[in-house]
Formats: sequence, structure tokens, C-alpha cells
Amino acid sequence: MTQGLSRSTVATVILLGLLAVLPAVFMAMDNEYYVGLATRLVILGIAATSLNLILGYGGLISFGHAAFVGIGAYAVGIPVHHSLFGGFQIVASNNGLFHVALAVVISALFALITGAICLRTKGVYFIMITMAFAQMVYYLFISIDTYGADDGLVIYQVSQVPLIDLSEPLHLYYLAFASLVAAILLVRMIVNSRFGMVLQGAKGNPERMVTMGYNVYRYRLVAYVISGAMAGYSGALLANYEGFISPDMMDWAQSGEFMFMVILGGVATTLGPILGSTLFTVLEEGLQIVMDWMEPAVEPAYVALFGRDLEFEVYWHLPFGLILIFAVLFVRGGIMGLIRGGKD
Amino acid sequence: MDPALLVLQTINGLQLGLLLFLVASGLTLVFGILDFVNLAHGALYMLGAFICASFTIALDNFLLAILIALPLTAFAGFVIERLVARNLYQRDHLDQVLATFGLILVIDTCVHIFWGPAGMAVPLPDWMEGQVRITEDIVLPTYRLLIIFTGLVTAALLYWLVNRTRLGMLIRAGASNRRMVGALGIDIQTLFTFVFALGAMLAGLAGMLISPITEASIGMGNNIIITAFVVIIVGGIGSMKGAFIGAMLIGLIDTLGRSFLDSIFALFMSTAAAETSAPAVSAMLIYIIMAVVLVLRPQGLFPPKVR
Amino acid sequence: MANILEIDGLMKSFGGIKATDNVNLAVEENELHAIIGPNGAGKTTLIAQLSGQQMPDAGTIRFRGRDITQVPAHARARLGMTRSYQITSLVMGMSVLDNIALAVQAKDAHSFRFIRSARKIASLRDEARRYLAEVGLADRADAPTVNLSHGEHRLMEIAIALASEAPLMLLDEPMAGLGPEESAQMVAFLKGLKGKRTILLIEHDMDAVFALADRISVLVYGHIIATGDPASIRGNDDVRHAYLGEE
Repeated sequence: MTQGLSRSTVATVILLGLLAVLPAVFMAMDNEYYVGLATRLVILGIAATSLNLILGYGGLISFGHAAFVGIGAYAVGIPVHHSLFGGFQIVASNNGLFHVALAVVISALFALITGAICLRTKGVYFIMITMAFAQMVYYLFISIDTYGADDGLVIYQVSQVPLIDLSEPLHLYYLAFASLVAAILLVRMIVNSRFGMVLQGAKGNPERMVTMGYNVYRYRLVAYVISGAMAGYSGALLANYEGFISPDMMDWAQSGEFMFMVILGGVATTLGPILGSTLFTVLEEGLQIVMDWMEPAVEPAYVALFGRDLEFEVYWHLPFGLILIFAVLFVRGGIMGLIRGGKD
Repeated sequence: MDPALLVLQTINGLQLGLLLFLVASGLTLVFGILDFVNLAHGALYMLGAFICASFTIALDNFLLAILIALPLTAFAGFVIERLVARNLYQRDHLDQVLATFGLILVIDTCVHIFWGPAGMAVPLPDWMEGQVRITEDIVLPTYRLLIIFTGLVTAALLYWLVNRTRLGMLIRAGASNRRMVGALGIDIQTLFTFVFALGAMLAGLAGMLISPITEASIGMGNNIIITAFVVIIVGGIGSMKGAFIGAMLIGLIDTLGRSFLDSIFALFMSTAAAETSAPAVSAMLIYIIMAVVLVLRPQGLFPPKVR
Repeated sequence: MANILEIDGLMKSFGGIKATDNVNLAVEENELHAIIGPNGAGKTTLIAQLSGQQMPDAGTIRFRGRDITQVPAHARARLGMTRSYQITSLVMGMSVLDNIALAVQAKDAHSFRFIRSARKIASLRDEARRYLAEVGLADRADAPTVNLSHGEHRLMEIAIALASEAPLMLLDEPMAGLGPEESAQMVAFLKGLKGKRTILLIEHDMDAVFALADRISVLVYGHIIATGDPASIRGNDDVRHAYLGEE
């Protein structure tokens, strides 16, 4: 146990150290692409960390986390759109602090309303309902022509915040990185607090917690709202990174990817979600590189067989899906489980 | 409101409802009996559509294509059950959700590789293309009536299978008490495989039936699966009756909402306001219905008796 | 002596089977009241209705004069009743001490406290250790709950009940699955509690019941056929016929 702990502490230090230093190195080497990749990794890590609070520590299998991220992203896109093109004066603004406040408040509100309904149910109902509510938001934004419907919306201006310039890749990166560290510390604090003990107790044995006198429903709802608000915040960062928002950000495949990160990284571990988002980004990038590399070898045969060109950019989903299936079937406890060594 | 349009949209709603039932019934059977959450159920719907599309074009015969595609989709279900699903029955729902999510990615990409990124149109035989004139104003497309007819016949067959046959008795017994069926010496694994393949075939049939209207396309399964979830949540997970009534309810509400919500809204707000808000509300309508049902009955309209 | 718990005309059926059939029962303050009955008599269903996990079809439950029939389970616990489970019900993923500390913490007005680490709050941990010591598990405090033996799990159930400081303890077969030595230990322990708490004890171990109970009620097919002190129950013909005769 102690050895496992120290090993995961070492892993934490190494990973956070790399994340703190590498992007600056990439930038110095004029490799902006990798700075962008690291930014995405870190932002996804924040969303995964927030999901870990309810999924990992709360045992609530939410399959709708992308909705919060998407809401957070639209909370940047919509005000910027109106500040540039007029209309909807109440929200029109390019003030980043306003964007973040909006992202956090609206996603928390959405979490409160949907959570109040979802948390009345258990097990597989909960999975499907969180999924359905996320899809509701997805279809809602598809139906709104003002914001580009399913084509989405280009954000022509980044959020304006004091001291730093988010259009500078490194500025955005270090804001995201600092946010990630804050998110990790926040979740750690919550999990270890009296509230967190109740949340974890309710994961292990909700009935016992009820007969002890805890209103389990309320504790879970509060956790759900905190998690949703954090994910909304990560969405605001993501919008600034992508410079573009669309309903696809809340597609259920996105929610599935967040679950992938939390579970493959290691459920209910401090570092698991970041390991998961790292693994995801590396796989996404690496598999595409492998696919590109294979393309010349496979393409002629494919063209001869099917009479059309290969579209290798999406095929990385095939090995990714297979890895996912194999990981579920054969690897228990995620990467953190492997790092700790043996059973936990 | 135009009465002819109302009739037409009601027919469309029934048609959607019956297709949803075909997808949801397999989902609810598999969940009820195997306690297995299969996100990839929608992928079988898509697979059915593509297989049928290819055979329709190759053979120039839609009906024959369906007859060939049905056992092939059932076989796809069989393979998935043997290779993946079977190893997950004893796992928690989280593992099942994640692995079947992986399965969706795999199947979607395979379809992409074999059939290409574009959708496939499915030509109908001439006699299905026509229209049926009911009254002076009301003209209905033949094919949609055929879908409704097929859906109703399938639902009736399913009802007969589950309620009137020995196999159905085992299925129902397996849903409420898995161990007992096992203890009675029935080969539960084979029963599971059969149910899984049956569910796959039903989903595939729904995909085949819709493909002449919408084309077979990647992602079609992912759109319908969530609506099918809404159906079984509203109906009560594990209940066939719930799946049927839930499907009809959701099919009708969704279709009619999209067509008439703006005129209903216009009754109590300005036309402009109605025209902006109606699309947004109708996009959310079935989810709002779901939320209302859950608040009133957290187990759905027809919760199965033993759970 | 005042009644702490009054059950009036309680009914509960599952698909036509009456699990609880017009149960009337009054439990006096600080008595140890045992409920016995053959398997399937509806004892656990009765406890579940008292603690609020199942809602009765008809009848009323009064706790200290207040009608709690419609009060949800967590609120009943806060009013001052606690239960143990026939099948051990603990948070297996947490340490022994964490489990008891959660029961101690449950007495606070609420646990919406996010800042301080719960495991570093000395008052919580010390109190929890005290209850563990009381049931003889002091040296197991830091072990993962899942590593403990069945007997130790039963003791943890008791420690949780103690930690709640609830005046009314509903104990569902605390002796279930214990060896003779462990059972004797448990009996001695419950004896020590007599007069300090009100205990409603469901138990199959007849020696234990007759050694401990102030009064005994006999539940058969969801119906109470007799209530009285151990001597009168032992001499009751109905009871002999319906229950003791069968053993």
C-alpha cells in the first residue's frame, strides 16, 4: 500500500513536471502544434477530473458529461458572437471573466435541474437518462440557426482577460495548466472532506448511508452540480483553444471519450483522469500517425477493391475501439492500477 | 391546422413509433434478460440498413434483400455476443457501457471502410413507390403504410413468441429469475445468444425498413439508439408492453411536435416568437416528456414486476 | 413506562402474500424487546418498514408519540433510530475506522463541509475509535473493511449502531453466522447495553433471546400471535404449537 502510494506520488510529480515544462520547450523549438496538443490534453484533463468526482468517487455513471463542456463552450461563443455582430445585448460581451462566470453558472444550473431528475433513478436508468439529457442539449443547439445550427460557430475573438492574452498559445496553455492543477487540488480536497466521505460511502453502500441518517440524494446532487460547473469551466477554455464551437462538442461520443479517460486512467484516483486524457490524446495522435504511415501501402489495394479513395483520418477509431474493448476485458483498475502494481 | 397534414403526420408518427419499437424491443429484451446495457444496439440497426442496401442494389429486389439481410444481421448479433457481450454479463454496467462504446467505434469504422463515407440510397420496387388515396384530400405514401403494417405484424409475432411459446416462457422466466432457469437445466448461454441475435435482427429490420426513406448512413444508429433509450425509460426497462406504448408515444409526440408546435405556440404568442421557439422546444420535446414521466414514475410507465 | 415505538395495524403485502399482517406492537423505553418467528415470518420486512426502507400499505408507526409512517429513512435515523443488518451492510471499500467515523459524523447537523480533511478531524476519529474499542475492534481500526472476518463485520454493525447514539436500536439477527464463542461474546455485549438503550432484537438463536429479552413477541406469517415476558412465551400453547414445536 505505502509502496503503491509512493509510486503514484512519483508518477504525479513526473507527469505534472512534464506538463509544466514541455510546452515551453516546444514553443522554444518553434513547434506550436505540440503546444496546442498539450493545451487540448490539459483541458480534457480538467473535464475528466470533474467527471472523476461523480463517476469515480460518487459511483454515478454519467454518460452526459460532454453537455456541460459544450454549454461552457457556447457560454464563450454566444457572447462573443453578439458582441461582434449585435443583438442579445444582455450577454453580448468579450470579457473572459464574464464568459467563465456564465459557463460555470449555466452548466451548474443545468446540472442542478437535470441532476434533480437523474438522481431519482438508479443504475442503468441513470446512465441512459444522463445520456438523453446531453442529447437534448445537442439537438437544442442543432435547432438554433442563429448559432450556426449543426455547422457551429467560429469564435472570431478570444476571451479578453486581465494580464494575459489568450491568443498567445503559451498564455492559454499555462492558464489551462494552472486550472488543471487547481481542479485536481479542488477535487482532492472535496473527496477528503466530510462531504467527500459521505459521497464515497454512498458509492460503496447507499442504503447504509441512508440508515445512518444521510440524505444521499442531496449529497449526490451537490457533487453533480460541482462536477458540472467544473466541466463548464473546461468548456470555456476549450472554446478559446478551438476557436470554434459546434453541437458535435456535446455528442455522446464525446461523453464516451471522457468516460474512457476516467476509467482507463484509473477511477477514483487523483491522477487517473490526466493519465487518461494523456493516453487519449496520445492514442488519437499516434494512431493517426500510424494510419498515415500505412496509407501508401494499403491505398492501391483499397482503391482497386472498392473503387474509391481511402479516408484514413477517421480510421483511427477502429484500433481505438479495439483497444477500448480489450482494455475493458483484460485491464482492471486503469493505468493507475498498472502503476500501483497488482490489485488495489 | 390542415386535417390532411394531420393525418399524414400521424401516419408518420406511427411509422416512427413502430421502428422505434423494433429497436427498443431488442434493447429491452437484452437488458431485461441479460442485465446487459448494449450501446452498440444502434450499430446493428445501421448494419442492417447497409447490408440490405447492398443486396437491394445487387439483386434489384428490395424484398429479397431484406430476407437475406435479416439472418445476416442476426449472425452479426451472434458474433458480437460470442466475442464481446458474453464476457461482460458478469461485469458492472460501467464496463458494459465502455466496451460497447468501443464496439460502436469499431462497427462504424468498418462500415466506413466497406461502404464508404457517403450514404446509400435504397431503391424501392415500383409498386411500393405509389400513393394510396384515402379521401379527396388525404393521400398517403404506400411505403409508409407498408412499414406500419410490417411493424405491427412483427410486434404481434413478438407478442406471440414471448407470451405464447415455451421459448417465450423461458425468456420471461430468465428476465425475472436467471438462476432458476439455469437451475432447471436449461442451457442459459444458448438462450442468451438467441435473445441477443433476435434483438440484433429486430434492430436490423428497423434499419432496413427506414433505409429507402432516409438512406443507409453512418451515424444513423447513434441517432436512434438514444431515442430508443428514451422509449424504454418512459416505458419501463425490461417491459415489452412498456417498449411498445413508449415507442408509439414518443414516435407520435416527436413527429407531431415538429410539425405542429409552431401553430400551437402561435395561439398564445406572436407568430415570430412561435417560429423561433418552436424548433428549439420540439427538439427537446421527447426529453421533456421523459423528464416528466420520471418525476411522476421513476421506474417508467410499466415497470417490470420483478427486478 | 412510556412507549418509544408504537406500531398500529401495520400491513404490507408482496403480490398477494401478506408479509406484515395487521401488526400491533408497543415497545417500551429502554426495554430489550425480541421478535422471534419461523423463517419467512416477515421479521426483516417489519424492520425495513420501521427504518423506512419499505413503506407499509396501511397502518401507522409512531416514534416517541410522533407519526413517522411517511417520514423517509434518512430522516428517521436522525430522529433517533438506528438499524443493523442481517446480511452485513458496510462500506467495504473503506477502512474500518472510516465506516464508524461516518456513523459519528452522521450526528452533525449536516456534512456539507468541503474544506477540512475528514480523516484529520480528531474529534471524529477519536470518538469512532472509542466505539471500536467498545466492541473490541480497536486494533483493526486501520484495516480495510473487506479484510475483516464475518464475526468482526457483525461487531462493526454494532459499533455503527452504538456510534449513532440512537435511543432505539433495531438489530436484525446480530448473531447470524457467528460461532458459539462469538455468540456468547455478543450476548454479553448486548446484556451490557440493557437499560441504556431500547433494543428491538430480531434473532433466531433462542438461547440468546431468552437470556436477553425483557419481552418477546412471536411473529408468524406476518402476524403477532403472542407478546409477553420470556416465561409466559415459553408457556404459551399457541407459540409452542406454531413455532417452538416445529424446531
